[in-house]
Amino acid sequence: MLIFEHSRKGRRNYSQSPEKIASKSAIPKNFLRKSPVLLPEASEMDTVRHYTRLSQKNFSIDTEFYPLGSCTMKYNPRACNSLAMLPQFLSRHPLAPEDTGQGFMACLYELQEILKSITGMAGVSLTPMAGAQGELIGVMMIRAYHEARGDFERTEIIVPDAAHGTNPATAVMCGFKVVEIPTDKEGNVDLAALKAAVGPKTAGLMLTNPSTLGVFEKNVAEMSRVVHEAGGLLYYDGANLNAVLGKVKPGDMGFDVIHINLHKTFSTPHGGGGPGSAPVGVAERLLPFLPVPNVAKEGDRYRWLTEKDRPQTIGRLSAHMGNAGVLLRAYIYVRLLGMHGMHRIAEFATLNANYLMAELAKAGFEIAYPTRRASHEFIVTLKEIKDRTGVTAMNLAKRLLDKGYHAPTTYFPLLVPECLLIEPAETESKETLDAFVQSMKEILQEIETQPDMMKGAPHTMPVRKLDDVKAARELDLAWKPAS
Amino acid sequence: MPFIPHTEEDVAEMLDSIGAKTIEELFDEIPKELISGKLTGVPAGLSEMEITRLMMERANKDGFYQNFIGAGAYEHHIPAAVWQITTRGEFYSSYTPYQAEASQGTLQLLYEYQSMMASLTGMDVSNASMYDGATALAEAALMAVRAHKTSRRILIPKTVHPVYRQVVQAIVSNQKIEVVEIPFDVKTGQVLPESLSKFSQEECAALVIPQPNFFGVLEQVDELTDWAHKHNALAIGVVNPTALALLNPPGEWGEKGADIAVGEGQPLGIPLSSGGPYFGFMACKNDLVRQMPGRIIGRTTDLDNKEGFVLTLQAREQHIRRSKATSNICTNQGLMVTAATIYMSLVGPEGLRRVAAQSHANTLELVEQLESIAGVKRTFSAPSFHETALTLPTTTTDVLSKLKQHGILGGLDLHGYYPELGNALLVCATETKTSADLQNYAQMLKQLLS
Repeated sequence: MLIFEHSRKGRRNYSQSPEKIASKSAIPKNFLRKSPVLLPEASEMDTVRHYTRLSQKNFSIDTEFYPLGSCTMKYNPRACNSLAMLPQFLSRHPLAPEDTGQGFMACLYELQEILKSITGMAGVSLTPMAGAQGELIGVMMIRAYHEARGDFERTEIIVPDAAHGTNPATAVMCGFKVVEIPTDKEGNVDLAALKAAVGPKTAGLMLTNPSTLGVFEKNVAEMSRVVHEAGGLLYYDGANLNAVLGKVKPGDMGFDVIHINLHKTFSTPHGGGGPGSAPVGVAERLLPFLPVPNVAKEGDRYRWLTEKDRPQTIGRLSAHMGNAGVLLRAYIYVRLLGMHGMHRIAEFATLNANYLMAELAKAGFEIAYPTRRASHEFIVTLKEIKDRTGVTAMNLAKRLLDKGYHAPTTYFPLLVPECLLIEPAETESKETLDAFVQSMKEILQEIETQPDMMKGAPHTMPVRKLDDVKAARELDLAWKPAS
Repeated sequence: MPFIPHTEEDVAEMLDSIGAKTIEELFDEIPKELISGKLTGVPAGLSEMEITRLMMERANKDGFYQNFIGAGAYEHHIPAAVWQITTRGEFYSSYTPYQAEASQGTLQLLYEYQSMMASLTGMDVSNASMYDGATALAEAALMAVRAHKTSRRILIPKTVHPVYRQVVQAIVSNQKIEVVEIPFDVKTGQVLPESLSKFSQEECAALVIPQPNFFGVLEQVDELTDWAHKHNALAIGVVNPTALALLNPPGEWGEKGADIAVGEGQPLGIPLSSGGPYFGFMACKNDLVRQMPGRIIGRTTDLDNKEGFVLTLQAREQHIRRSKATSNICTNQGLMVTAATIYMSLVGPEGLRRVAAQSHANTLELVEQLESIAGVKRTFSAPSFHETALTLPTTTTDVLSKLKQHGILGGLDLHGYYPELGNALLVCATETKTSADLQNYAQMLKQLLS
C-alpha cells in the first residue's frame, strides 16, 4: 500500500505546520501555483506506521548479516550517529561565521590530519560526497596537474577490466578516453598489457588495491614505476582500503591521488544508498589542486581555506563542505577505535574473509582464485554448477535471502562468470560466519535435490522475483491519482 | 577491541581452519617493503563515555544562534518523527537496493519520493536523488548537452547561487562545455527577458532559470522559458522545493513548461548541519528520462503478479554501461531522501503551503521593520519569496559581527559574491521565527546603526 492510499482530502497534521499564517503576501497572482500538490494527506500516526512497516521490509546490517562484496557492510556504531546529531551541530548554518563553528571545525581538522597520516598522503580534502565524486575530483586533479605543466597531450586514463564501473565512467565524465587492460590468471593486472598501454598519451592509471577480485595487487610497485616513467599519475580507488588499513599506505605504494570511502572503511551509514563521503588525498605535487574548502589550524583557531589560499584549486564540487555530518560520524568512529582499533580493522576483516573462504571451499564451493590469500573479500564462482544444473549465482543469491542473509555482490567483477563477491567485514562473529556456511551447505544440497525450487527463489520475502523487464518496458516511475 | 567480537579461542580455531599460524601470515602476499609501521597519527581510542564528553564540549562551544541566514540552506521545523524513523537501523544501515526482494522498504519509499517530487515540480518523472543542489544543476547541464546534441553551450544567469555556478563550471568544463553568464538588472534583481537577445546569435543547449533566484527575487520564469524554447534550447529550472507549494512549478512555466527541474532538497526535513549531508533533486519531462543520471525506481510485479519495486533503466548507469554511462554517480543521498519523504508525508500539501506562506510573510514583516531604520533599504524592486537583499548605510561585515555578539546571525554579506552591490545583506526569516524574534532583530539593528 502506498502512502498516497492513506490519504484523505482535507486531512492535516495540525502540530506540524504553522496554525496561524500572516495574511501578508507580495507574490503577484501570475506567479502563484494553480495545480494541486499531490503530497499525501495522511495522519501522523498512519505515516509513522507506514514508514515503520516499510523499514521492516528491508534487510540491513542492524538486522541481518550483509556480506555484500566491495561495500564493507560493517556495524555502524550508534554513538557515531547520536553524537553527530547533537542539536548544536544540526542547527549550525553552513554560512555561519567560522567562530560559531570552532568545535565542528576542530573535528574536521583532526579527521583531515588522521586521514593524511594513515594513508601517507601530503594533503587531504574532505569535500567529496561519494566515492564516485572522489574519483571525479581525483581525475580532475590529474588533469589539472598535466595542464599546469603545459602538457595537453595526455588524453587517456588506463583502467583494469576488474575495476568498479565508476572508474571508466569517471574518466569519461572528466573528458578522458578509457584504455582498458586485462587481468592475468592469478588475478593481477596484466603487467605486459600495462607496459604496452602506457605512453605519452597516458594521463594516469586508476587502480583498486586490493582489487575487486579480493586479492592484493602484488606488482603494485612495478606498476607504479611503469606509469610514472611514462609521465602518468597513479590513482588509488580506496574502495577496499578496509583490507589493508594499517598494513600498507597508498602513499608508500606510490599513489599520487586517492579517495577513501568513509561509508565503507570508516563505518558511516550506507543509508539505503547514501549519503556517502569520500575524502581525497594527494601527494605533494598535487597539493595546489585540492578542491576547497579545507580546514586550517592557525594557533588555536580553525578557518576555512578557500580559493584565495589555493589559487590553482580545481574549485568547488559541493555547495558547502561536502557531507559534513558524515565526516563527523567518521571522526567519532576513528576516535572510538584509536590507533590499535584501526590496526585491527584490516586484521579481522582479513581473518573473517579467509576463514569464510576456507570453510566454503571445504563445503564444496569453487573459489575463483584458490591459490591466493583473500583480502577482506573473495569470489566464489558457480560456473560449474550452472553448466550442470542451470542454477545461477543469482538464484543462489535469492535463496540466501530466504535463509535470512543479504546476498553477496553478484555478477561483479564482470570477468568471473557466475560469481559471488563475499565480504564478511570484521564486525561479524565466528558464530555468524559458521551459521552462514551452514546455510550455504544447505543450499548446495537444495541445488542438487530441488533445482526448480532454487530457480524460483526467493520464497519468503515480501515479494517474489520481480519483473525487471516489465519495469523497464512499461515505465511506472510515479504514482498518479485514479482519474 | 571495539566492535570486534572475536575471542582468543575463535581466532585460534579460525586460523587453524585457514591453515595459518598468525593473523600476520594472512598478509604474506603484500611485498615486505610496502608494509608500514604503526598508525601513530591516530590518537589512543576513547570509550563511548569519553567521546560523548568530547563531542558535547565541542557542540557546546558552537552553541545556538538566532539564524537569519538562508542563501541556499533554510531552517525549517522538522517533525520529530522524521529522524526517529529515518535512523531506524533498517533504513540507516541498509545499502543501495540491489537485491530488490530484500529492499522493498527503501524501494517503495523512493518510488513515493519520486511521485512527490514529480508533482511538486510539475514534471513527469524524478530520479532518486543527486548529491546536492549544486551538483544536480551540473548534472542537468550535462544532461541538456546530451539531449541537445549540437550545442555545448549553457546560459546561466548571475542570479543563480554563486557557488552553484562555480560547481557547474568545475564539472562541465571537463567536457568542454561552455558556460555563459547572463547579467541581471541591478534595479529589479531579475534577469530581464529582453536582455537575452544578445545571447541568441549562437546556438545554446540550455538556459538555467532560478526561482526564486539567489536574492530571493522571483524571476519572470514564463518569459524566460518561452525564450529558451523559441531558441531551440532546453529550460532548466533551479527551484526551492518549499516555494513550490506556493509558486507555479517549472513544469508549468511558459507555454510548454521547463524541461528539467533541479534544486536543493534540504528544506524538506534536513537539518542545516553545517552544509551537509543534504540532497539534490532532479525531475524532467518523459522524453528526457533516458538521459537522466542517477538511480530511478520503477513499479512492477512479481511472479504472483503482486506489486513491487525495482531499480530500473539501469542501462543508463555506470555499473552496467561503464564508460558509456550517463554519469559516474553511484551512491546518492538515500537516507536524506528517506527523511524528505517522511517530512513531505507529515506536513502534506496544506502544511507545506503554510510553511511557505508563513516564511514569505515573516520575511516581508522583517524587511518592513528593517526598512523603517534610517539608511536601510531594499536592494531590488521585484517581489521576493522568503529572502530579500537589503542595502545598509555601513559595512555589512561590521553590522553582522555586532549582531552576532547579541546572538543573532543577521544574514549573508553579499559583498564577497557581488561586490558591485556595495553594503548588501541577504536576510531570510522562515516560519521558525516569531514576531518577537523579528522585533528583536529590528531593534538590535536599529541600535547598532544609530
